[in-house]
Amino acid sequence: MTLPMLAVETNDLTKDYAIGFWRKRPRRALDHLNLQVEMDETFGLLGPNGAGKSTTLKLLFRLIFPTSGSARILGHELGDLAAHARLGFLPENPSFYDHLSAREFLEYAAQLFGIDSTTTRRRTTELLERVKLADTGDLPIRKFSKGMVQRLGIAQALINDPELIFLDEPMSGLDPIGRHEMRDLILELRKQGKTIFFSTHILSDAEMLCDRVGILNRGKLLGSGELRQILRMEVSAIEMVVESPSATALEKLASCAQSLTRTGGRVRLEFGSEYDTNRLLELALSCGVRIVSLNPVKSSLEDYFMAQVGAATEQRAPEKDRVQTR
Amino acid sequence: MIHRISSIARHTFKQSVRDKVLYNLIVFAFLLIAASILFGKISVDIQRIILVNLGLTAIAIFGLLIAIFIGISLVWREIDRRTLYNILSKPVARWEFVLGKYLGLLLTLLVNTAIMAAGFYLALFYQDRRFQAQDVASLEAIYFILLELALMVGVALFFSCISSLTLSAVFTFCVFIIGNLLADIRWFGSETHSALVSAITTFLYYLLPNFSLFNVIGSAAHGAPVAGYLLVSRSLYALLYAAILVSASILIFEERELQ
Repeated sequence: MTLPMLAVETNDLTKDYAIGFWRKRPRRALDHLNLQVEMDETFGLLGPNGAGKSTTLKLLFRLIFPTSGSARILGHELGDLAAHARLGFLPENPSFYDHLSAREFLEYAAQLFGIDSTTTRRRTTELLERVKLADTGDLPIRKFSKGMVQRLGIAQALINDPELIFLDEPMSGLDPIGRHEMRDLILELRKQGKTIFFSTHILSDAEMLCDRVGILNRGKLLGSGELRQILRMEVSAIEMVVESPSATALEKLASCAQSLTRTGGRVRLEFGSEYDTNRLLELALSCGVRIVSLNPVKSSLEDYFMAQVGAATEQRAPEKDRVQTR
Repeated sequence: MIHRISSIARHTFKQSVRDKVLYNLIVFAFLLIAASILFGKISVDIQRIILVNLGLTAIAIFGLLIAIFIGISLVWREIDRRTLYNILSKPVARWEFVLGKYLGLLLTLLVNTAIMAAGFYLALFYQDRRFQAQDVASLEAIYFILLELALMVGVALFFSCISSLTLSAVFTFCVFIIGNLLADIRWFGSETHSALVSAITTFLYYLLPNFSLFNVIGSAAHGAPVAGYLLVSRSLYALLYAAILVSASILIFEERELQ
């Protein structure tokens, strides 16, 4: 039985940068990364700034070379041009030739893929419309705002109708409307069956778009998993918001709650996970209060992220202290 | 492969045109018009010699300035502005990119030189209202200028792949100046009677490109044609040396990290 092909597979992928002017010393940007991205999934590589997300993408496109380890894209060794023909890439803060218009750049990109002129014209027009640059497609790129440049970046990443699309911080530089449009575009690509690998430090984007995520911090993969599993973790608390409760009712409810916050006429109460929603509902109704909302608080991706990154930071802190006290 | 190299070359040509590189032609045109008006007042015998000298020297200087200044930024600018990420993430090999950039600048220089040559021959025609048989020598001189430019772009490209913009400019100018004085440097070495100095100057003589081989403007001004064997041998020299420089640039660029 043959195993299904992986979209991206890295094996102990490691990258050291040499820093310093005279006496160069290595700084590890990526530490034995083992990652597997399956076909047809949307994978989010999450991490704070400087975690090694862009380094990973640059290594996959052979813009930089690994210190050790290996990787494969669509079953091909890195640098295989046959694989590049099936890929799309939006680099972080993309930059284009100032002297060209968006349409000219897309045509140039299509030429590099060897796409015939009829298809090039059709796809260029379609993509410009899709990223809302149809009206400004003939202006020189130097006149573009950051958001427009980002949208051109996504258009050029799609010019070859790729199977696998890499997006490095795709929401960077976009205003709220632009971000919403970009999210819709990624969801649309997902619906079309494209495999998407994107890096971001904005967790809400990942939560909305990804099937699976990997969390990277200081070059190390701290964890990865299906988002559904991560988000279906245990209920950590139950939050109740009530409107203008009487003093007696509030006293009764507060005796069971872990915390209480007043905002205007409303009171937010947080109960431990040992209570279930039905029991709390009964309690509130027996007190005669008006309930605004009652929600079980589940772990969010942010909680998961903070737990992973926080634990890693705590692990590092004693090591650092030991070094400093020597 | 060919379509990718030609696309990159055509794009490099377009970039030069839009960066207003060809504006130098306006300065060249003014220079020729001024020279024609000015030298019209000098003796008929020498005015053609001066015009040929001035015209061909201007073609060489304008070409060399473009070759050096655009050449040193060919690869550097793409790395600095990160426009290269969008190109190398497509099915483009690094060697195809370097070769495409080189050929693109060569195409720019070819078009630029061709337009200047046309203007130059127009000025020659304007002087006597006819062409002379010895004007063919000027065409040979222009061909030699093109060979020199092909070599110069190779030098600039090589330094563009290994160092920063400023250092590339310094190195390229140094190679150009030394390359024009190689015969003198070798003679100086042999005159010192020091075996070490002589060995060094001889080494430099063979290592660095000899640009003085391509300067036949003086003889062209006097209508002296270049011998056939020189046309062939110097063409081969320029092409071989340029091929070595482009290959070295590719080897270096293949290993370069684009951070």
